[in-house]
Amino acid sequence: MSIQLGIAVTHLVNRKRPTLVSLVGIVLGVAFFLAVSSLMRGSERDFIKRLIDNSPHITVSDEYRNPRVQPAALRWPEGAVEVRRVKPLNEVRGIRGHAQKLAFIESLPGLRVAPVLTGSVVLAFAGRTQGVTLTGAVPSQMKRVSTIGEKLIEGSLDALASNPNGLIVGVGLAKKFSLRMGSVVNVASAANEARALKVVGIFRTGGASYDETQTFVSLKRAQNLLDRTNRINRFIIQLDDPYRARDAAALIENRTGYKSVSWLEASEDLMSVLLVRNIIMYSVVSAILVVAAFGIYNTISTIVMEKTHDIAILKSMGFHARDVRRIFLAEGIMLGAIGSVMGVLVGLGLMGVLGQVSFKPPGATQVVNLPLYWGFEQYLLAAGFAMISAVGASYLPARKAGRVQPVAILRGMG
Amino acid sequence: MSAVLAAEGVGRVLPGEIPVTLVQDVTVAVERGEFAVIMGPSGSGKSSLLYLLGLLDTPTSGRVLLEGQDTSGFGEDELASTRLRKLGFVFQFHFLLAEFSVLDNVLLPVRRLGELAEDAARQRAETLLDQFGLRDHRHKRPHQISGGQRQRAAIARALANDPSVILADEPTGNLDTQSGANVRQILRDLTHDFGKAVIAVTHDLTFAKAADRQIGIVDGRIDPGWRM
Repeated sequence: MSIQLGIAVTHLVNRKRPTLVSLVGIVLGVAFFLAVSSLMRGSERDFIKRLIDNSPHITVSDEYRNPRVQPAALRWPEGAVEVRRVKPLNEVRGIRGHAQKLAFIESLPGLRVAPVLTGSVVLAFAGRTQGVTLTGAVPSQMKRVSTIGEKLIEGSLDALASNPNGLIVGVGLAKKFSLRMGSVVNVASAANEARALKVVGIFRTGGASYDETQTFVSLKRAQNLLDRTNRINRFIIQLDDPYRARDAAALIENRTGYKSVSWLEASEDLMSVLLVRNIIMYSVVSAILVVAAFGIYNTISTIVMEKTHDIAILKSMGFHARDVRRIFLAEGIMLGAIGSVMGVLVGLGLMGVLGQVSFKPPGATQVVNLPLYWGFEQYLLAAGFAMISAVGASYLPARKAGRVQPVAILRGMG
Repeated sequence: MSAVLAAEGVGRVLPGEIPVTLVQDVTVAVERGEFAVIMGPSGSGKSSLLYLLGLLDTPTSGRVLLEGQDTSGFGEDELASTRLRKLGFVFQFHFLLAEFSVLDNVLLPVRRLGELAEDAARQRAETLLDQFGLRDHRHKRPHQISGGQRQRAAIARALANDPSVILADEPTGNLDTQSGANVRQILRDLTHDFGKAVIAVTHDLTFAKAADRQIGIVDGRIDPGWRM
């Protein structure tokens, strides 16, 4: 052990109470940092997982991000063109050449895709009517890209394959319309198509709006009802690595021309909220450590004041100013290091206790545990910040100690 | 004999609105094996001269030569390294570090110099403590031994790196007669038996009489006609 470190250890060991108070500050700071960080990051990951699980990673729709340039504008790019009495072509909307585009998307690695046709229909039952979203899909393909099959509380997605007139509704809609398994409802579209469909499944996602307005039928039945034979208007894509969605969406949009929206783009506002929440969280927990660092500053400043005569003697003996600085910086580093290690242990204990907490949120049917994040980097972050605070807190007293002029002190002593 | 430590026209003025002259135009030399004392009235600049000779303070005029080397161009670190290797200090109060044992106090400069392995350093410190009759007290803290023993421990610490010059500021000023005599004898033996140069500031006439030379200082200047 170097002589500077030896003196630093002796200073701290001989001032048990202030040393202990400083240590407790850092320990609690690191522990709370970890507990709060673990809870916040855990809830963030839980939220993102739900977001990823419950929505497509990429949705390719039959729209263009930017309107296509009209032929007249291409012919006279600098001119002001007015074409009167233009009647837009009443075309059947959908993704053109979807089979080829599907083949291209399927050729990309690490993803699964399902073509769907989505539209609005009116559902009528027992004198009640309501506009709902109808999604037509092939059950076997839908299962690969959506968790809707897992959310079914009654029936199954495969029932849509075995029963062409099958309909799957959300629990909210079922409750509103008093629907049960086997209930037959009338479904009509804006294309003047209507059909009686039988409830073959009821799902619960937990999203009230989704559970009240979303319905599923087979792809063929949706094409009939919406009068879009052999058309689809969406590709729903799931990725093995959801965080690759932005790049994959850009590639698909570039190749197909159709608007491809990744879950990251669709949830950009939510992601910014999470980012802001993290900044606030880390600012608050870091403030705890900064306050704890004042304890270290106070302890080391007091030692420097008490030991001014010893510093003068050490310097008269031949110790350099940097030797003296190192003594007090070493004290800060030791307090930071010991406080960090103990803080991580206490933090793990706190996280363990929080992990045991379970409760039933209002309206929920299942008991849930607090979502916690156990990632290694947050321990490094907490310990690193504690160390920076401790070194920062010891720097000023260490600098002051290094500047002690032995003659000034010795004259005072004489 | 050659001068191990010399001041040539050394002066020290404290700057300020009204500059204060501590020492002016002092020329003095101390040889190896010489025991010299600096005497004079209170406030005459004795301690200031000692600090200048001990490289704890830097002169505003003149120069200090240690073993023939001019120290006037030395930076703070070089001055500290020179003090560590070549100079030993003893003060009126022992100024041993209270949290360390007597042995560890003596080991401080040896460990800082870092030229001896730990075993050899301990051996050297224990030999010094043995010479000063402190072997049995080496593991005690300073507050557990008497004032005379503490001052002897301080002398052992000053000698730890085998310096060529010992500078002492009122080394017996805080001791009883017997302990003072003891310290006086040790310093005298250091010059005569070990060839060290000792420069001490004192008011103690008995102590001064034991020295080879008395240097009188009045108002910051050497007084050639000084008589005890």
